[in-house]
Amino acid sequence: MTTQYAKPLPRVHDLNRAFFLGALDGRLVLQHCDACGHVWFPSAQSCPKCLSQEITWKPVSGRGRVWSWVVMHQRYIPAFADDLPYAVAFVELEEGPFMMTSIVGAEPEDLVCDMPVEVAFDQVTDEVALPKFRPVTGEAS
Amino acid sequence: MARTVSRQEAVVVGVGTTDFGAQYRNRDANRSDYQLGIDALKIALDDAGLAKDDIDGVLTCRLPNYEKFGTLAGIRHPKVVNAYEGSGRMAGVVLQHAITLVEAGLATTVACVYGNNGRSVGMTYGGESAGRGPGDDTGAYDLAYGMTSPGAYVGMMYRRYQHLYGAPDGALAPLAINNRTNAALNPVAAMTKPLTEEEYLSARYICDPLRLFDYCMINDGGVAIIVTTADRARNLRKPAVRVIATAGSADLTGHYTKPDFFDTAARDVAGRVYAQAGLGPEDVDCVQIYDNFTPIVLFSLESFGFAPRGEGWQWIKDGRIGLKGETPVNTSGGHTSESYMQGWALQVEAIRQVRGDAGDRQVANCETSQYICVAPVVNSHVFQRA
Repeated sequence: MTTQYAKPLPRVHDLNRAFFLGALDGRLVLQHCDACGHVWFPSAQSCPKCLSQEITWKPVSGRGRVWSWVVMHQRYIPAFADDLPYAVAFVELEEGPFMMTSIVGAEPEDLVCDMPVEVAFDQVTDEVALPKFRPVTGEAS
Repeated sequence: MARTVSRQEAVVVGVGTTDFGAQYRNRDANRSDYQLGIDALKIALDDAGLAKDDIDGVLTCRLPNYEKFGTLAGIRHPKVVNAYEGSGRMAGVVLQHAITLVEAGLATTVACVYGNNGRSVGMTYGGESAGRGPGDDTGAYDLAYGMTSPGAYVGMMYRRYQHLYGAPDGALAPLAINNRTNAALNPVAAMTKPLTEEEYLSARYICDPLRLFDYCMINDGGVAIIVTTADRARNLRKPAVRVIATAGSADLTGHYTKPDFFDTAARDVAGRVYAQAGLGPEDVDCVQIYDNFTPIVLFSLESFGFAPRGEGWQWIKDGRIGLKGETPVNTSGGHTSESYMQGWALQVEAIRQVRGDAGDRQVANCETSQYICVAPVVNSHVFQRA
């Protein structure tokens, strides 16, 4: 698992380490501004809304909806060549931020805009668990 | 002596474009983007009846090294000089700045120069070079899910648009076909073979919901636009063109995918350009719309008030946007058929149309033309003959 993963990954650094530690722990953790309450992604050194640097990493609900989605056919990234065609979704979290992601547990033809989803982590290396999302069905807890 | 504020209006007096079609057919790994810019500048100088030494301001775009440009073009002591990034949103910005510089008196005659050798050097948009910089930008996260390329981000918006407004598969075809039909009348267009709806629909997906003909091409070429004072323009070769309105508004987020399809910024720009011009979209004789991908034309038409929200895909049908239609759109063939000069050639087309210089694709009695670029920096100009 850890040595063969060939797809591109974000660099883990001091500014975003809490995000990745949270993900390894199965929690979606984002920066919250202590001064104005704003929540954002990806990480930044100051609040993009009020510029305060008083920031706390806190878990968010992990729930959202598929704002939209595409199915990539063009081979842009060699490590994704075997996956083509594959879907990419743009999820709007309940707390406001948008995240580009993959949907697990659904085929591209099952995707619809506004479908409710929840986070599902995919640990791809020792250091990185990628937040992906799965459909929330009516009867799910 | 203190600085004085000029009241002199700046106008466009010369335009130049290279032969996009010839350059498309003859790929040349040695073709220089700087030389393409110089070629276009020479054509624009001839068009205006100006000498190179008349140029005292130089703004380059997509040519990152203005000193290199000044060296190669032999423009040694311009009073103002700057280089703008090679993104389509900058085409309108550069013209705005040229006008402002002339009207502020910092220069008298400004050459705006664009050069692009993207096809010959195998340039691509999208891939792993994105999001590799320092910091924590969205591009690095997007790549982890295989997301990349401007077209994919636009496809994301278009799927949502279809969901909200019921646009069926194939709704974008009239835009691609209109561009191709107009390009057939443009002697320098890169792609002139007629396109049918069937061919449009049978072309491969690049990023579903967008197909091949929804995408701009990548090609080589140069474009130049020369701006000077109205006084100076009186003795020149071609009729001067006034920029009777211009405005901009950005939408700066981490993604090209904007949840409102750029509407907030675009509506703001529309309100100001039409107020300045004293007219509305119904008074525009032709409109050149930045079409890196066809859905952007729908977003533009709707936010600028040509079509009601969500109805642009119906509004473009039945010849309304054709050369003889109610509102001719992208009369030179746009970015999917004439050339992808990142908005530059579309601005030139808007200028040529009001000069009556558009050859076989001239819109009859064209008094007012408009350029619209809906992108992370939205901008628009309205042109009329002086």
